[in-house]
Amino acid sequence: MGIDLPLIWAVIIIFGIMMYVVMDGFDLGIGILFPFIKDDSDRDVMMNTVAPVWDGNETWLVLGGAGLFGAFPLAYSVVLSALYLPLILMLVGLIFRGVAFEFRFKATAEKRHLWDKAFIGGSLAATFFQGVALGAFIDGIPVVNRQFAGASLDWLTPFSMFCGLALIVAYALLGCTWLIMKTEGGLQKAMHDLARPLALGLMAVTAVVSIWTPLAHADIAQRWFSLPNLFWFLPVPVLVLLTLFAFFKAIARNANYTPFLLTLVLIFLGYSGLGISLWPNIVPPSISIWDASSPPQSQGFMLVGTLFIIPFILGYTFWSYYVFRGKVTHADGYH
Amino acid sequence: MFGLDALELARIQFAFTVSFHILFPAITIGLASYLAVLEGLWLKTHNDVYRDLYHFWSKIFAVNFGMGVVSGLVMAYQFGTNWSRFSDFAGAVTGPLLTYEVLTAFFLEAGFLGVMLFGWNRVGRNLHFFATVMVAIGTLVSTFWILSSNSWMQTPQGFEIVDGRVIPVDWFAVVFNPSFPFRLAHMATAAFVATAFFVGSSAAWHLLRGRDTPAIRKMLSMAMWMALIVAPAQAVIGDFHGLNTLEHQPAKIAAIEGHWENIGNEPTPLILFGLPDMKEERTKYAVEIPYMGSLILTHSLTKQVPALKEFKPEDRPNSTAVFWSFRVMVGLGLLMIFTGLWSLWLRKRGTLYSSRAFLYVALWMGPSGLIALLAGWITTEMGRQPWVVYGLLRTADGSSAHSVAQMSITLVLFVVVYFLLFGTGFGYMMRLVRKGPVSHEGDAPKQGGPGQQRTPARPLSAADDSNGNQPHSLNKGN
Repeated sequence: MGIDLPLIWAVIIIFGIMMYVVMDGFDLGIGILFPFIKDDSDRDVMMNTVAPVWDGNETWLVLGGAGLFGAFPLAYSVVLSALYLPLILMLVGLIFRGVAFEFRFKATAEKRHLWDKAFIGGSLAATFFQGVALGAFIDGIPVVNRQFAGASLDWLTPFSMFCGLALIVAYALLGCTWLIMKTEGGLQKAMHDLARPLALGLMAVTAVVSIWTPLAHADIAQRWFSLPNLFWFLPVPVLVLLTLFAFFKAIARNANYTPFLLTLVLIFLGYSGLGISLWPNIVPPSISIWDASSPPQSQGFMLVGTLFIIPFILGYTFWSYYVFRGKVTHADGYH
Repeated sequence: MFGLDALELARIQFAFTVSFHILFPAITIGLASYLAVLEGLWLKTHNDVYRDLYHFWSKIFAVNFGMGVVSGLVMAYQFGTNWSRFSDFAGAVTGPLLTYEVLTAFFLEAGFLGVMLFGWNRVGRNLHFFATVMVAIGTLVSTFWILSSNSWMQTPQGFEIVDGRVIPVDWFAVVFNPSFPFRLAHMATAAFVATAFFVGSSAAWHLLRGRDTPAIRKMLSMAMWMALIVAPAQAVIGDFHGLNTLEHQPAKIAAIEGHWENIGNEPTPLILFGLPDMKEERTKYAVEIPYMGSLILTHSLTKQVPALKEFKPEDRPNSTAVFWSFRVMVGLGLLMIFTGLWSLWLRKRGTLYSSRAFLYVALWMGPSGLIALLAGWITTEMGRQPWVVYGLLRTADGSSAHSVAQMSITLVLFVVVYFLLFGTGFGYMMRLVRKGPVSHEGDAPKQGGPGQQRTPARPLSAADDSNGNQPHSLNKGN
């Protein structure tokens, strides 16, 4: 066997989604935390911390969509039509968030509060429906004759709703620890106070999702509790607990950077747990990456350009984070 | 909703989101090349008018680019959400082409856009010019890929069908399919013409208000040279495109012409105006010119043009719609050519910048290029119906199985959100246009951008109208 193109493409897309979740996660988290901070100049600082980078973060979402279309057209068509409403609502949320981001700074003072609300609403909606889409994806998508064979509201389950809430907590914690890292003074203190309850909240929702998932999905339970998968899976909850322990210690000693890095670890562990639960299915419960892939001519053709350009995008991404490193204060102008 | 079925709603939704989206890239393509020309002329002549214009239009370019990115995000998902059977059928061909389009756009943003928008005082003049030229070329490369994908759906080749799905066998044949060169040339030129009239209209607005500066005059002058040369060139390109369509999609031509049947060996007339009726299978109230249809489409006085009745009723595009959308496009095109010629005459007489009648026409012609562009796309997209991949997959067989209720909710949502948000964005662009070019802008280093602290290196932020429009003290930077 030569190169396993579907495997390479699965890795590229998984990597792209991971980049998206991590990077847009803290942007959206800031929108979610906006209602907790009333002061206008504090809100400016919050937005300033992500202003230079947020739209580059969405790059990965577009690339993920286009890549999925070309490399796994079956998954693209089935998953996107099955999750039609949550995905459209997510996109509308993202548009609102994105445009509000720009126009909040350009608006007159009396209109600013409208863009604040658009920013909060857009961030909440985008996050919630992303979580709902994820939950519905885990629930599985019935496919007959290569077409989505369910009903239009199949995605609307208690489990998917709960996943939506869980993601709000997760992104809020990402945003909160990002702000601890990027700000100082009263705002940082406020975020510090929020970190502990948010982390406890994340612990609770993660526990619920972790118990609910195998209970509601026999096939996933089968994967988790059979050998040798159990050895792959077992370290995940252990590592989560260790990370949380370190997290609370870091908060207790008023650390600046550690809480954010540990939250990234938590997100990564959750993502891995998800991967172990589903791999190698791209449309749960039964369509694998090899079943869904486009012909090698297509995947090979795309790979040439992608491998050439991704290093540039990564380089530019790291460079912009490097340029905008350090704390953001009230004295820093935005434009 | 309004008695429309789910398929019609899906088509309306796609038409709505893609029509909104295309306006931004069209102006992006045109302005990027315009900016490259301005900067090149500045480097060559050292005339500061070109530099002032560069700074003025680069801000509008930035806002426009930003809105193109946001509205494009939706497009990357619409094929799967609304056209899942098409995506599964043709994804192996159109998916990679779309990926290349996206990669090109991001490569641009990652590489050269930042330098172009924020690097004026940080990199050398030649390097900055190079970045601008690369952005201009990049927008055309993006156009290349997306039009290749669209053209392949119109005139597919280089593939085989295995298990009921398309498999690419020859990428060169796929990319350079028969209608692609014509469509690419027609679209790129349309973007240039649309931008020229947008720029000309802005200049006319300022001149009508008595802001008669060298920079404003230069704007009008350059726009009208473009109108004079490129609008007629577009008519020629359009003619070639039409001949190509006659060869590959004769039913589309018959519908555009409202031409129902050939009688004997009679040459085809040109129906100037009329109302094609799909039920009665005739064009009512037709105003015809004998022989002209044959002359335009076959370049002879004897050959006949294919007629709609030669196609089965279920294979006919909606003639009522494309007959008129085509005439809107051509009518506006003729008006644009006329405007170009008029400008030449006034230029000879030395009254180009003072003839109020002409300036009003130039002002009102501002959106003409964009309207013509939309009318052209409506013609070609509705004209290829009932096929989504011509001759291979019908549009009705390409959609996702969504309910009417579901499609109605999302359509209303898109309409409300797009008008609200992009309306605000458009208003902001107009605010920038109203400010007009400023002398010696760019002498002082601009705040922010790559290499500077705290200011974002992204398109919309390059557009900072910090002349008292921002009451909020924090926005003014340090």
